This record gives sequence, C-alpha cells and structure tokens, in this order.
Amino acid sequence: MLSNPTNQQLFAHYLNSNYSYDELLDAAGNLREHWKVFFQSFTQMGADEMDNRCKDIARLLKENGVTYNIYGDPQGLKRPWKLDPIPYVISKQEWHTIESGLQQRAELLNLVLQDVYGPQNLIKQGILPMELVYNHSGFLRQCVGIPTLHKHSLTLYAGDIARSCDGKIWLVNDRTQAPSGSGYAFENRTAMARTLPELFTGLKVRRLTTYFSSLKEALLQQAPFGNTEPRIVILTPGPSNETYFEHSYLSSVLGFSLVQGNDLMVKDCQVWLKTLGGLEKVDIILRRVDDVYCDPLELKEDSQLGIPGLLQAVRSGNVTVANPLGSSVLENPGLIPFLNAASQYYFNQQLIMPTVASWWCGQAKESQYVLNNLASLVVRKIQRNASGTSSINTSALSKVQIANLKKEILAQPHLFVGQEKIDFASTPSFIDGKIEPRNALFRSFLVSNGDSYTVMTGGLTRTSAFSGQSVISNQLGGLSKDTWIISAEPGRTLNVRKELAVPYMATNGTNMLPSHTAENFFWVGRYVERILGNARLQRTIMQMVADGNKPNADGDLRAENYLLQALTQCTFTYPGFTDTEKQAELLQQPWPELHDILFNDNRSGSLSSNLAWFYKAVYAVRDHWSTDTWRVLRNIEDAWSEAANATSTRHLTMLHCVDEIITYLVAFVGLNRENISREQGWAMIDMGRKIEQSLLLINLLKSTLIAVHDEQVEYELQEAVLASNDCLVNYRYKYRAHLQLPLIVELMLFDANNPRSLIYQIQRLKNYLLQLPLLGSTTEYTAHQSLINQIDALLKQANISELCILDAQLGCYQALDTFLQEIINLLCAIPNAISTLYFVHSQTQKQLFTAQID
Amino acid sequence: MQYTVQHTTLYTYDQPVGLCHNVAKLLPRNTAEQIVIECDVQILPQPAMLHAYEDFFGNQTRYFAIQQPHKSLQVTVTSIIEKKVLPPILSPAALAMSWEEAQAQVAVQMNQEVAIAQYVLPTPATQANSEIAQFARMAFTPGKNAYQACKDLMELIFTQCTFQPGFSTISTPVWLVMKERKGVCQDFAHLAIACIRSVGLPVRYVSGYIETLPPKGKPKLVGVDASHAWFSVYLPHMGWVDFDPTNNQVPGYQHLTVGWGRDYFDVAPLKGVIQNSGPHQLTVSVDVRRTNLYHPVAAMEQ
Repeated sequence: MLSNPTNQQLFAHYLNSNYSYDELLDAAGNLREHWKVFFQSFTQMGADEMDNRCKDIARLLKENGVTYNIYGDPQGLKRPWKLDPIPYVISKQEWHTIESGLQQRAELLNLVLQDVYGPQNLIKQGILPMELVYNHSGFLRQCVGIPTLHKHSLTLYAGDIARSCDGKIWLVNDRTQAPSGSGYAFENRTAMARTLPELFTGLKVRRLTTYFSSLKEALLQQAPFGNTEPRIVILTPGPSNETYFEHSYLSSVLGFSLVQGNDLMVKDCQVWLKTLGGLEKVDIILRRVDDVYCDPLELKEDSQLGIPGLLQAVRSGNVTVANPLGSSVLENPGLIPFLNAASQYYFNQQLIMPTVASWWCGQAKESQYVLNNLASLVVRKIQRNASGTSSINTSALSKVQIANLKKEILAQPHLFVGQEKIDFASTPSFIDGKIEPRNALFRSFLVSNGDSYTVMTGGLTRTSAFSGQSVISNQLGGLSKDTWIISAEPGRTLNVRKELAVPYMATNGTNMLPSHTAENFFWVGRYVERILGNARLQRTIMQMVADGNKPNADGDLRAENYLLQALTQCTFTYPGFTDTEKQAELLQQPWPELHDILFNDNRSGSLSSNLAWFYKAVYAVRDHWSTDTWRVLRNIEDAWSEAANATSTRHLTMLHCVDEIITYLVAFVGLNRENISREQGWAMIDMGRKIEQSLLLINLLKSTLIAVHDEQVEYELQEAVLASNDCLVNYRYKYRAHLQLPLIVELMLFDANNPRSLIYQIQRLKNYLLQLPLLGSTTEYTAHQSLINQIDALLKQANISELCILDAQLGCYQALDTFLQEIINLLCAIPNAISTLYFVHSQTQKQLFTAQID
Repeated sequence: MQYTVQHTTLYTYDQPVGLCHNVAKLLPRNTAEQIVIECDVQILPQPAMLHAYEDFFGNQTRYFAIQQPHKSLQVTVTSIIEKKVLPPILSPAALAMSWEEAQAQVAVQMNQEVAIAQYVLPTPATQANSEIAQFARMAFTPGKNAYQACKDLMELIFTQCTFQPGFSTISTPVWLVMKERKGVCQDFAHLAIACIRSVGLPVRYVSGYIETLPPKGKPKLVGVDASHAWFSVYLPHMGWVDFDPTNNQVPGYQHLTVGWGRDYFDVAPLKGVIQNSGPHQLTVSVDVRRTNLYHPVAAMEQ
C-alpha cells in the first residue's frame, strides 16, 4: 500500500512528523485492514478532488447552520464548525470493550448519584471519602432526599475516551450534567455521507440513527404520574451559549420546544411554558443549563437562566429534569480512585474501562505522592472552573508557578487530584492537503433505556489544533471528526441513503409558540422590512446621485439634496445629511456618508447594524428555518461582508450590493411565507413586517411630501417616493397622468389594491391582531385591537382633497402631516400592547433583600 | 422559662407583584435546651402554595408562593418556647482533652459521623486566609484545653473587633471583617467559624434570637429584640457547645435557637424571588417576651 508513489507522498509528511503510537499501523508496521480499504478510496479520489470535497463539506455545514460559539471571538455567534474528512476509526474489538465499559460505568455512576443524594451508604461504608463529595461544588444539599422514582436517575451519560501510545483505550472524563456533542456527531455523519459516500465503500460502518429515538423514549418513560403524552422542553441558556446550534438541532429533531428560563414559570408547584395562547404545563425538562443556574430561589441566586421555584416543583414530583439537578457532583476526577471499590461494592466486578491512575490529595499519603512527583503528573481540580477546564499541565509551569501550586494544594488538598501523564496516540488528520498527526479525544453518548444504557454507535471526535498539543477544546480551536465503528456483522453496514434520512419525530404539545420565540419572529419581520425599506430608498437615491441628476438638466441638485436629508430622517442616522455644520460639504460629496450609512457597524440605523439585529433575532429562533432559508441567510452574509470589506467604495459596488441584499431578503420573506414550520410563526413575522412597512412609508411621505417646493423639485421628490416603493409603473398605469399629490396620496395611502399602500398593510395587520389568541375571558377589545380599529377608522374617514390642502401660512401640507403623525402615534403603541399581553417572558425577576443579622 | 417570640418580616413593593416564591427558615427547632411548644406562621396575603419540610441540616423549612397581585408581603412567626439552660459539663475527660486531640478524634470519624464532620469543611463565606489562621492560633495555642481554646477565641473576637452596624452587608467577605476588625454578629460568627475550621474542628453557624433587657426601671419596648447569630463547636466528650462572640458569653436563657447550618446562607431566615423589577422595602421586627414572669430574676440572668 505504501509503495504506491501517491500514497508515499501523502503519508511522507505524516510518518516523518509522527512521534508516537500510530493507529494506522499494526505491530508489524503494516496498514491495518480497515485503513487499507479507507485509503484505497481516499487516494483514488485524487488530491484535487479531495480538495473540492473538503470545500463541499465546509459549504454543507455552513448551509446547515452548524456553528460553535467561541467566547470573545470576532466571528461571535457564527463560528463555522470544522470537519476533517478522515474519520476516527474504532475497530470491532475496541468497540466491544468501550461499549460494555461505558455501560457498566453509566450504571455505576447512576447508583453513586442515587446514593449520594439518598442514603449515602458509600460514605458510611468508607468507600467514598465524605470530603470528596461534600466539598464538590456540584453536591447540592437542596437536592438531597428527593425520591428517585426510576431505576435510572442518570438519563444521559457521556464519556471522553482516548488511545494511548500502546494502543490501549482510556476513559478520560465523565460528563453527567448535560453532555453536549450528540448533535454535532450527527451533522458530521450527515456531511460525510453526503459529500464523501465513496469513502464508506467496503467498510461496515455502523449507523447512528437510533440514538435520538432512544433519547425520546427515555424521556417519555420518566414522565411524572405516568403521563403518556407529556410535554417536553429543552432548556437552553440562550443563543450565546457555545453549543446553541445543538440545542436548536435537538429541538427540531426531537420535536421539543426550545426554551429559555424566562419562557418557563412555576405556579402551583408546576412548571408552565408561556406561549402565545397562555400557559401550558411542562412535564419534562431536558436541560442544557448547568444545575446551579436552574433555580435562583434555592440555588445560585443571581442566575438569570433558571426558573424560580423549579426545585420545589421537582420535589413535589410534578416535573422531571434530565439529567437531574445535582448530577454534576459526578463530574469529579477525584472519584476515579474510588470507583473500582464502588463497582466491587455494587456489582462485585472490576471496572472494564481503564481510567488514568489518579491520586486524590485529600488523603495524606496520596497528597504527599502528588507533591513529590508534581512535575511528572497532570494536576486537576475536582471541579471545573468557569472556563470549563480543570487540568493544570505542570510541565508548562515555571518554578515559581510550581511552588505556588504546591502551596495551593497544601492549603486545600481535598480540591486537587494528581493524574499520571499518558502519551496519547496520534491519529491522521487531513489539513491543508496534507495528512498530519493530531491528538484525538472521542466522546461517546449513552442514554438510559429504562433497564440498561444504549450507546450511540458512533460519537464525536475532536482533535487538537496543533501537532503535539494535548489539550483538546473547541474553545481553543481544532477540528472534529466523524467516528466510524467498524462492524463485522452483516446487515449493519451503513446505508448512505438511510443515514441521511432525518429521524423526524412529531411535535408534542399544542402548536402554540413559546412567547419568546414569537417575539423573535416578530422582530425578524420588523428588521427584514426595515432593511428592505431603507435599502430601497437608498438605492433610489444612490442611482439619482450617480446619474448626477442629468436627465433633469440644469445641474439642479435641490431634489437630490432633499432626498439625501430624507434618507437621514428615514434611517434614523442623524445628524448625517441634516448636520447643519457639515451639510454643504456632505451634499457636495455624498458618497462617503452613503457608504457609512450602509457599512458602519457601529452606527445605529446603518444597514450593517440593522443586519446585525436581524441576525440576532434569526439565530434566536434558528431551529425554525429551512435549509433553503439558511442558504439565503448565508448568501446575505457573504454578499454583505464582501462589499463591506471591498477596498474600493465604487458606486457600482455599493449599488450592486444593495441590489443583492434586496433580492435575498425578498427571497427570505417568500421562502418563509411558504415554509415556516408553524402558522403562528409566519403570522408573527408578517405582523412585524406590516408594522414596519407602515412606519417606513409614513416616515418617507412625511419627510418628502409635506414641505412645499417649486414644481420641478416636488415632481422629482414624488417620483423618488414612488420609485423607491416600486409604485411608479403602477401609478402611470392606473392614472395615466402627470404626478399629482392627491393621486399619490390615494395610491400610497388609500388604495386597497396596491400592496404597497398603507391601507393594505393596516388591513393585514388588523387581521393578524384580531386572530391573536384570546387570553382569559375578554369580551372587550384588548389594547392592540382598539388601536388598530382607531387607525382603520382614521383611514376610512379621511378625505383626500382635505388632506391635500396647502396651508399657505405654514408653507406646507399641514393637514396631511397631522394626519400621518396621528397614525404613527397609534401604530407605535401597538408593539407595546402586544408585548405586555403576549411576550410575557420579558417580565423580569428579582431577588428579595435578605435581612442581615446583627 | 417560657418565651413568646414574635418575628415579623414585611416587604412592601412600589409596583404590584404578581408572583413570588419564598423559602423561610423562621421556625425554631427543638434542641436539648429548648422545646417548641407552639409555633404559628401567618403569611399575608394567603399563599396559594405552602409546603413544609426539613432541610438538609434538619431545619424547619417552609416553601410558599403567592400567585395573585400584591403590594406587600408580611410573614409573622409566633413561637412559644420552653427554654432551660444546660451549662457545659466539663467532665474529667473533657478537661483533659487538648484541641489537637479533639481534632484528631474528629478526623478519624469523618466517614462515620458525617452529620458532625461535614461542619469541618470550609464554605466560601467561611474560608480562612493566613491572617485568619494566625488569628485562630492566638487562641488555639499548642496543647490548650479544647473548650478553653474556643472560649478564648470568643473573647479574642469580642475584645479585638468593634461591633459596628452599617460597616458590612450580608455579602461582606470574612477576610475583610478580619482585616478591618469590624462587623455585626453575623460577621463575628463567620469569623469564628473560619478560625475554628482552620484548626480542623467542626463548627456550625446558629441563627436565633437574643432577648434584650430594658434599662433598670424602664418598661420593655415592643419589637426591639433582634435576630441574632453565634457559633457552636463540636467537642468530643461534650457535644455541641455554643459561644456568642458578639457578647462574649456562653449562651444561656437569653439565647433562643431557630436553626443552624454551615454558614448564614444555609439558614437565611427568608429568601424570595419576585416577578417584578420595581423597588421594594424590607422591615423586620422581633419581640422576645418572657411569658411566665414569676420565675426568679436571678435564674434568668444566669
């Protein structure tokens, strides 16, 4: 195999820079069987094709919206997920050990959890030291004594596994709180199966798909009072959490509502979801929020991510939380030296999965050993700190740092664990066209099936960012890999088409949107139209400026100047063209300001800043967008960042970019009109759109048509208003007349057949508002209904000729201005009215003072 | 001696509050020195939910929720307590025991006596730094009798620290109390606990009341008594022994216990979360009365 010249080239770099055990080669130095098959397919593809496929992978993951949020990263919430085309391969024999080892470990940890929060026999028998448990920040005394109703309290478990240089498999970490990564594992497999199906040829790779149905089954079994149709929600800390992508992924795959703490409330010791239609009872919470953050009443008091009273609801048996509150007590490397004895105690068995030799410093002898051998050990704290790491690599420390660490250990020995350093094996990674060695960590996922644990036949493998780096963290960069478990059994071969079938599960509960989701949809609608309206206006004006107003000869720039000022007014980018000091200069040279209004991220009202707000709302409800919608969203971002970063500020580049944004946003609206998963979602978006369209239109009319100018200027302004609303053709077709104010007012305000008219927006808006679910028994009109009725009445009673009377004294169309202002005032009150009634999650919570005792 | 204690907590809100959740640890528990004859909790407005349970430390706990709009919350606990005083018995064994021996005995029993040993472990509010540890060593000198060392620590805090309301809040860290040597009873209790845990003995925070006596010849005013806090050390051969560093006395008749924990935060009298962001005010009044006045005064002041 290696004699093949292409392969030699391919591997030369890898083998030269490799420094440790190699999972590619067997003892005799030959490629292992499954790798032989794999690289056959891999090399057949050729370097160029491989490069293309890698691009395909990146594109596919991007289009599917797979992201990982890095704190403090300029790319912020949208860091793309990186996938290596070479998978992590686990042989059948290895898998046998891993599967049975992890199952045994999950069973054991479940029993330890139940014991720690129950009779504490392990402590009484001297199997677990009291201080190890009681000093851990995850031991929540408030949760002691809550009865366990099922064989398994620990619904989910994940173990991090690595290979050492001698090829041995080690368990490195336990994840028992809210293990993340299963969604990424699925996206990785989907991307591989879709872009590189050839690589699976001849290999019996096991499928993943049963994992999510097992998870759903496991949760259903834990419903309180044996409720067979429980409402299940996924509790997320919110869109800025590092794995928010996965939370929304789980939500769409499992069909559970994705909620934040303030979407839920406790009343009558029950948990309720605040929806557009009122409160709905919640039976099971799959949590992705750390346990101490879950209840500000009894746990971490300043948490804004939890639900006050949740613990009491759990205690009352009215809701199940998975994993249960308090389960982070098991994420403690100090437990490692004691688990073998616990396994003997419960099962009379040794642990199958080996764990790294560890010494807990809470014991005198062990502590001495760690202090004496500090340089050759890895030191870990028994609990993770805020940034998620608990390891201290002593070889990277200076003498002073070592001395300080010793002091720290001596001061609080029970908080430290020393672990043997293991040389981890390298695994091949395809990086920039070369195969390079990297360290890898494989996370395996288990879910309870009531009686035992089901292991995902695959998992998430992550590799270090640099060769030789042993710390693996997504926060530090690095790649991920698909994980292939090779099966020898027939009938278990991966079928690419089957693998791609999304395991769809019906949504539970009613169709009512959580109020938080509803509000974000509403804002998506508002920002879409704000961006579209502003972009259209700016396009019209930029075209005019670019033409130098030539068609109208005379070099008369008055209309252009009025429009530039109207642009400032309509986009709220003051002072802009209305700046009295710089006005002359700006109007002379409008392009830099026009460029700034588009691209300055830090300027409120700029298109860039509105896009940022739009994306914020879009990401908050990311589980609701279709793949096509994602593609459009990506295109907007790409087009925008390309134009924003262009070195030239050429007019045509700007115009082209604005054109593109308009096209994409129109596509976005169109796609969602057809596609959005639930009716109410579209209603909320459209409601936001109608309010924004109405406001934009009125503002534009107010800033262009109210003041009196000479005939030529008025004509040009009127033409621009119609043009930026795509109504010029419509006007000419309908009236076949020269532009006149009364006709324009009729077309833009009162023509119910013109989809750009105010009355058209208002009627749509009215329909939506009347259709909002009635809360409680209201026979009277609610605030928003009465507001829209008033607007409707104003429009119906208006008399066009009276509105268009010129007030000679003031030199403006005062009646029209007053009329428009009245409507604005009413319109602006509608969002507040809706918010008070329907977006109830926005009610804030507050901790009461506690008395100081003196 | 029989006491009637009335403890009223009143929250008033500028804006109506639609929902509140609370946890109260206001009901006195039975101890070797006191029996709670009667205890009545009045919550206004009437809570929609009320659950009673014992917390991890055995304290009487009430969860309650008010689910209708309200502009004030008043919690009144009235308890009738029969109190007797059992002075610490210094048996020959107790007199012969140095604090080091006491510490060694506790250390051996860690896993068997979790209920006691858990109070050796520091908490964030009672974490000793080197200044605190050195301060503790001024009382815990080598070989000293364990009981005497605790008593000396109490006196040390009393003489070295100034009782100064307004200096600290409930979140003032113990190292700052040590540094400034100022605070109120809660701070002194935390400081003593940090000291005693630094020498490896189990110690708990006790929350309760102290009866104040009016100046001679003046009638006692209503509501002038106070919530109080002190500490309790576990010593082999003696059991739990209370010390009040604010008053430099081994608690007697005037101290009534409500509950205990590792520190204040385990036994905060009333906690709550409201659904509202407006301002609120808190008033607390405590009244401790002797209800069988025929008892000889001498006995009371012992």
